[in-house]
Amino acid sequence: MADVIKKATRESYGEALAELGEKYENLYVLDADLAAATKTGIFKKKYPDRFFDCGIAEANMMGVAAGLAATGKIPFASSFAMFAAGRAFEIVRNSIGYPHLNVKIGATHAGISVGEDGATHQCNEDIALMRTIPGMVIINPADDVEAKAAVAAALEHVGPLYMRFGRLAAPVFNDKDTYKFELGKGVLLREGDDITIVATGLMVNEALVAADALKAEGINARVINIHTIKPIDKDIITKAAKETGIIVTVEEHSIIGGLGSAVSEVVTEAAPCKVVKIGVNDEYGHSGPAVDLLKEFGLSSDNIIKTVKETLGK
Amino acid sequence: MDETLKKQLETTACKVRMGIIEGVYNAKSGHPGGSLSIADTLTYLYFAKLNVYPDNPDLQDRDRFVLSKGHTAPALYSVLAQKGFFPYDELKSLRHIGALLQGHPCIHIPGVDMSSGSLGQGISVACGMALSGKISGDTYKVYTVLGDGEIQEGQVWEAAMFAAHYKLDNLVAIVDNNGLQIDGCVSDVMSPYPIVDKFKAFGWHVIEMDAHDFDSIEKAFNEAETIVNQPVAIVQKSVKGKGVSFMENQCSWHGTAPNAEQYAQAMAELEETLKSLEG
Repeated sequence: MADVIKKATRESYGEALAELGEKYENLYVLDADLAAATKTGIFKKKYPDRFFDCGIAEANMMGVAAGLAATGKIPFASSFAMFAAGRAFEIVRNSIGYPHLNVKIGATHAGISVGEDGATHQCNEDIALMRTIPGMVIINPADDVEAKAAVAAALEHVGPLYMRFGRLAAPVFNDKDTYKFELGKGVLLREGDDITIVATGLMVNEALVAADALKAEGINARVINIHTIKPIDKDIITKAAKETGIIVTVEEHSIIGGLGSAVSEVVTEAAPCKVVKIGVNDEYGHSGPAVDLLKEFGLSSDNIIKTVKETLGK
Repeated sequence: MDETLKKQLETTACKVRMGIIEGVYNAKSGHPGGSLSIADTLTYLYFAKLNVYPDNPDLQDRDRFVLSKGHTAPALYSVLAQKGFFPYDELKSLRHIGALLQGHPCIHIPGVDMSSGSLGQGISVACGMALSGKISGDTYKVYTVLGDGEIQEGQVWEAAMFAAHYKLDNLVAIVDNNGLQIDGCVSDVMSPYPIVDKFKAFGWHVIEMDAHDFDSIEKAFNEAETIVNQPVAIVQKSVKGKGVSFMENQCSWHGTAPNAEQYAQAMAELEETLKSLEG
């Protein structure tokens, strides 16, 4: 088997912006002194006149983005998830969400895989926060191919939109030649009727690894990738609930308010079934190498396998 | 200022004040004090400065206005009604269920360029609009009004830094220095002074203005237009509750609606003023 290519989705974000900048002359990028880390520096290098550093002032950056959008530009406001969704939450809510302005928020360094920087920078709450804003679209891509396609889709969508990217290099499992991104549509990656694993972002690849290992042991797990967390694909989740009866959700985010909650909200109304949530269990992270942290917090194929077996009583 | 224009503006401002009282009275809530203190400035902007047209509210190259101190929406709504963006009677259903006029400015209301009200945010949006104009080579200007209490918000100073850094000389921020906020005098609650020096230190050109003298107002806004490479802050000395005797300089009228008796008295006073202006 050929070596798996790995790439952080923040790289995909920066590269996609630089690529799309050519076709979309109305695309502008804002950053808050993190261009080297969010990778918007790639865009800045190519289009310095369409890049504006706002300094370490995320609240103002979101307001500036709102002003640009209100006058017809398409701004991508970029920072770490902690500051874009956390610190600037109320500005995003009142100056972008409420007037329903066409602002794209590119949030990198999401989740525990930030690694060594520790708890202050590991944002496990952004999906929960953004989900509460009416009209906000939330995309959490799983790999490089999906991330780039998501940025292009974000540009076509009119209205506020939040994109979540990671710092850690992640395996690229989608085929860029055949991949098609459909906003709001879940992706069925593995057929199976014993149980469903619904995953998002960095955890999708872990779910695939787990499903393949489970299959070798005779357990047929369905795997669904939810890249668009809001609006969520109710149909694919309801169908899975009805056909497999049990759902395990996996996310690099708090189990409160994220994918697990969103899936639970769907099934409790449409097709009640057991939902087991794998995620950060209402606690803070801490410093350490990203890969070790993911293992420690149960965000790994091993823990998915274990959880599936326990849930099925096997 | 031309005497005829001055008389017209004073007359319109008086009608704007009546609209403010009408709106807040019918809403049984709202913020009359700070609305009355900016009534003359908004009247000047909408009737002598901004290139905005009720029959073409979405004109791309129109001047923009963001009411950063959004709680004084009654003043903005009253001016927009006088200007013809919507019927005067809309003021009577301000803050009611199903009404066009929300408690704080909403972008979906004709003539309103931005939703605002959470303090400190409007100036950032105004910065974005001004930057956008610079990028595109548009000629429009962006005006925003802040409260003197509002500038206690840290975001205001993030925006102040931004505007000077990007040399937004198409941006004018008016600070309504009426000296009062909800909990008392701004100097007692959390002093924002010296306001002029603070904006100067942040790289702004600062002009001081008497908020209730149209000669002073005209002079300030004309000077603002001559400034290049710097954003302009106009610090206006104003009287909270201006135009209604019992509301003037009273902190208690920040966020209280008049009762029927007070409403009648306020309207009678303003009618009197209007009569003397028109007579």
